[in-house]
Amino acid sequence: MQDFDYVSAKTLKEAVSLLNRHGDQACVLSGGTDILVQLREGRRKARLVVDIKGIPQLNQLSCTKAKGLTLGAAVPCCQIYEDKTIAKAYPGLIDAVSLIGGIQIQGRATVGGNLCNASPAADTIPALIALGAVCTIAGPKGTRKVRVEDFCVAPGRTALKKGELLVSIHLPPPKPRSGAYFLRFIPRNEMDIAVVNAGASVLLDARKQTFVSARIALGAVAPTPLFIPEAGEALVGKSVSDGAVSEAAEIAKAAARPISDMRGAAEQRRHLCGVLARRALQGAIQRAKGGN
Amino acid sequence: MSKKVHVQTRINGEEVEFLCEPRQSLLEVLRDELGLTGSKEGCNNGNCGACNVLLNGRLVNACLVLGVEVQGREVTTIEGIASPEGLHPLQQKFLEHAALQCGVCTPGFIVAARALLDKTPRPTEGQVRHWLAGNLCRCTGYDKIVRAVLDAATVKKGKR
Amino acid sequence: MADVKEFKVVGTRPIRHDGTDKVTGRALYGGDVRMAGMLYGKVLRSPHAHARIKSINIRKALSLPGVRAVVTGKDLPDAADRIAELGEGAVNLKYLGNNCLADDKVLYKGHAVAAVAAVNAHVAEEALSLINVKYEVLPPVLDVREAMKDDAPLLLPELRTTSLGQKGDKPSNVASHFQFKKGDPEKGFREADLIVEREFFTATVHQGYIETHNATAMWNPDGLLTIWCSTQGAFTVRQQASELLNIPVSKIKVVPMEIGGGFGGKIRVYIEPVAALLSRKTGRPVKIVMTRAEVLEGTGPTPGSYIRVKIGANREGRITAAEAYLAYEAGAYPGSPVGAGAMCIFAPYDLENAQVDGYDVVVNKPQTSAYRAPGATNAALAETLIDEIAERLKMDPIDLRLKNAAKEGVRRVDGPVFPRIGCVEVLEATRNHPHYTAPLGGPNRGRGVALGFWFNVGLKSSASASVNADGTVSLVEGSTDIGGSRTTAAMHVAEELGIAAEDVRPVVGDTDSVGYTDVTGGSRVTFATGWACYEAAQDIKRQLCERAARLWEISSDDVTYENGGCVSRSDPSRRITFKELAGKLGDTGGPVVGRASVDPQGVGGAFAANIVDVEVDPDTGKTQVLRFTVVQDAGKAIHPSYVEGQMQGGSVQGIGWALNEEYFYDSKGVMRNASLLDYRMPTCLDLPMIDTVIVEVPNPGHPYGVRGVGEVPIVPPAAAISNAIYHAVGIRMNCLPMSPGKVLEEILKKG
Repeated sequence: MQDFDYVSAKTLKEAVSLLNRHGDQACVLSGGTDILVQLREGRRKARLVVDIKGIPQLNQLSCTKAKGLTLGAAVPCCQIYEDKTIAKAYPGLIDAVSLIGGIQIQGRATVGGNLCNASPAADTIPALIALGAVCTIAGPKGTRKVRVEDFCVAPGRTALKKGELLVSIHLPPPKPRSGAYFLRFIPRNEMDIAVVNAGASVLLDARKQTFVSARIALGAVAPTPLFIPEAGEALVGKSVSDGAVSEAAEIAKAAARPISDMRGAAEQRRHLCGVLARRALQGAIQRAKGGN
Repeated sequence: MSKKVHVQTRINGEEVEFLCEPRQSLLEVLRDELGLTGSKEGCNNGNCGACNVLLNGRLVNACLVLGVEVQGREVTTIEGIASPEGLHPLQQKFLEHAALQCGVCTPGFIVAARALLDKTPRPTEGQVRHWLAGNLCRCTGYDKIVRAVLDAATVKKGKR
Repeated sequence: MADVKEFKVVGTRPIRHDGTDKVTGRALYGGDVRMAGMLYGKVLRSPHAHARIKSINIRKALSLPGVRAVVTGKDLPDAADRIAELGEGAVNLKYLGNNCLADDKVLYKGHAVAAVAAVNAHVAEEALSLINVKYEVLPPVLDVREAMKDDAPLLLPELRTTSLGQKGDKPSNVASHFQFKKGDPEKGFREADLIVEREFFTATVHQGYIETHNATAMWNPDGLLTIWCSTQGAFTVRQQASELLNIPVSKIKVVPMEIGGGFGGKIRVYIEPVAALLSRKTGRPVKIVMTRAEVLEGTGPTPGSYIRVKIGANREGRITAAEAYLAYEAGAYPGSPVGAGAMCIFAPYDLENAQVDGYDVVVNKPQTSAYRAPGATNAALAETLIDEIAERLKMDPIDLRLKNAAKEGVRRVDGPVFPRIGCVEVLEATRNHPHYTAPLGGPNRGRGVALGFWFNVGLKSSASASVNADGTVSLVEGSTDIGGSRTTAAMHVAEELGIAAEDVRPVVGDTDSVGYTDVTGGSRVTFATGWACYEAAQDIKRQLCERAARLWEISSDDVTYENGGCVSRSDPSRRITFKELAGKLGDTGGPVVGRASVDPQGVGGAFAANIVDVEVDPDTGKTQVLRFTVVQDAGKAIHPSYVEGQMQGGSVQGIGWALNEEYFYDSKGVMRNASLLDYRMPTCLDLPMIDTVIVEVPNPGHPYGVRGVGEVPIVPPAAAISNAIYHAVGIRMNCLPMSPGKVLEEILKKG
């Protein structure tokens, strides 16, 4: 393991100041389940590790009907799915955080870390995109917000500038007759990185027979998790039907730019895009209709 | 080389202090600095569970926690599962069911299963398999391990 | 040999003697070794799959603070081009040494080039990056058929093909070609009403033990070398170290620590000689522990292979001819288990006409090592053709196998005549199992069966057993315990002496403490080491009878041992229990120690069959194993729980091999998935319970009828799953692994 110093930041100001001073010589430690592996393998270099788990704003976890969900960047996955209120309100998010890497990983890994790691195959990001999440970032020049679909800019790279730190993620309160669903395809039943993953959310009309709006995102098939607005737009005003779902899934599939690597072949991934987009939409629809 | 850090923590109910470099994982600290070699290294990247410990009661991979991160925390290792009165029911059932062959994954499984039974005292087979998916065993095919955990769950709480 | 007898201990399930230490984390494995002044070693490995080493500059590494020594291949004595018996096959010592530290060429990515000893592992790792190696990169060859071509890049300039016993003179990557032949296959195919033929492609897979390789060496100034390591054979490590370091075995002591899995992969040495060299240079103990990536890239996986099988049958279902072509990737140096694969491929069947051609081929991948019934799992894919014949003849697949099943007196294509075997009994137990006729319960579900064989080995074992005054026995045997075998060894002694298994305390001895014992492998420990313990117990009984005779002042001819004690033949009222007599040993001549060394010849081969139900998702190609049953002939199950454990563990390794495990290489010969994240072994969430049926057709060659059980379970699962996938979605997969992407590709092709 490379040599580094360690500091546990007590305040947001301290963290921002350290990150600003050390630039790319510093890295942020949240759950550590990605970053420690990268440091150990030399895929990331750092002279200073800044532990942000002690900062109060990054540990927020509040969920109200009016304001929605504010999820601190350092909150571990297990805390999210153990919260009954959140689990009930955001099952689409729970889908994602409860299948990352096994129980041990979920005991430490954070949604914030998953987002900042910016893997194209990240499991939380398509779910966050489907749910319309917005990121709050703190930096030397103050606070700003970024839509989650704009947060990752390239494999392993985010929209964070020098000295900036992801503070929290905000999900709007779920509307009545809305539902979200996330799933992924992996060769085993746990522990694998997604070959393809998909998140979808839908909002149905009063009779639950027509789409009011929809959001679909695919992962592991582009340099970043992919939000495909046109796939969701194609459902607006359409009757809820297998045909409409398939059409939207095909649009999502067409937007994908998968590559072949050791986790999957491009053609396989392309095929899975259609399968998973369909299944994600069907799952979201079922939840919107009141089922689970 | 970075200066060593002085860490104060509680391990298996005892106050413990140690010195470690920031880059040493909790697993390295347990094994190399504290002589607690019961937690094993199988992969060093969170994929096998052989290094499992409880951190503030939470099941984690010790290879993915830095030694310095346990300052002021509580750690439970395999060495802390049995009590002075005897083996934990999980340990006893692992023996009765022959749920170990080479035994190197066993500490990780027992700590993980302890965490499961703490949270879900009477799990189903499906819940056991889901919980233990992060613990690899190459010798047993898991059958006897799952049976041992299910059997341990039936042992009355007073006997833990 | 004992006739059918009432066993008191054999067949029971005592708690293993080392169990408490293992469930509490107290047991000490090789990686747990710590001693005063210990240094930590790390190995520098080639980034290239094929290259010449032009120079190695260690100056900067040596001057890094905390570094105490650096070694390269030049520090190993020149190894003669000699062959040594390692206990699971012969090994060329020059190649063995070159594999530990390369000489002038590196032959695979991960090939060890140099090693460093430093005050801690992190400094050692930093030092590696300061060693400057200049390589002349050469084109790699990464596929067995490519390597066999005339224009393939050559790995070993001195290698010539030994074909059908004759050594050729042309440089080649083909180390050998052999052939087994029986009868007249051409005639047999002419007589066939139906001929099926297929090619198979299997990828490299690893044994996947959870514990990585480790060794601690202390080369004392007095010239004595001690090695503590996790190994399947302390004596083989001693022998290899002796040969590679050019010192006599009497100067080496190997202390086997507890071992976290082996499956054949911890027989050959990798880091033991390297740690020894570093220790000699530093005068301190040096410990080397491999990382998981090093294990995957730098130890001995099992071969990828190209196999062609052709089987002909008449319409009554009798196989008239069978032919196979097996080309196995040996890795960097010759020595794949293609021979064993050829021995097993048609072994379950009584064939009049058969031919098997085997090719051992080097490629730029790590040198392969044994992996549980090495070579046989690849070859058992032939079972998918048996399934196809059954389908086309509209015969039940087990009935077809029964019709052709090997029995006592049948000659295998490789020559040996079968003694009493349990092939038929295993098939019948499989057919009679409720799983065989249970409803499948849904679409895209299928059931497959397959049958496998492994010959098992005997080899040499030693044991010594001391009687304690309190009526217990301290047993020392030489087989490192990977699966509960020390308890099985103790049970032999307990059974013979008529005492409880708990009253025998087994210990695995080091090379100074117990007689020569071959490796824990080859499914031989219960058979051979158990036998050594059985004989040691006979020795104790003989001595105890003499002591009783002395006590009673009668002739020792008049005393016999039965029912847990000595009794006078002429006056049966004169008896004394083992425990009572044990207390009197001091007065009758002193301690009693029984000992034995054996080299038993009566090995019994074993058969295993699987029934597996799968569900295939036609949209993704993913196969889920729903139900799995393994039926196996154990001859006599000494400790049924540990026999079941071998059956279940081997089956699950077979399932992983069938579905997801493979080395994924890029065009440069670099393994892209060298971690347990992407080298995908089954987790418990991927599996159902593994139901076991132990069939017992006693091996006439063993006192209790034991047949080795450790290896055969890994042989049939891949073929059984392939058959099940066919019955689920109508696709005959002919590759391993049958990963979702590959199955999906076939599903989409089928349209």
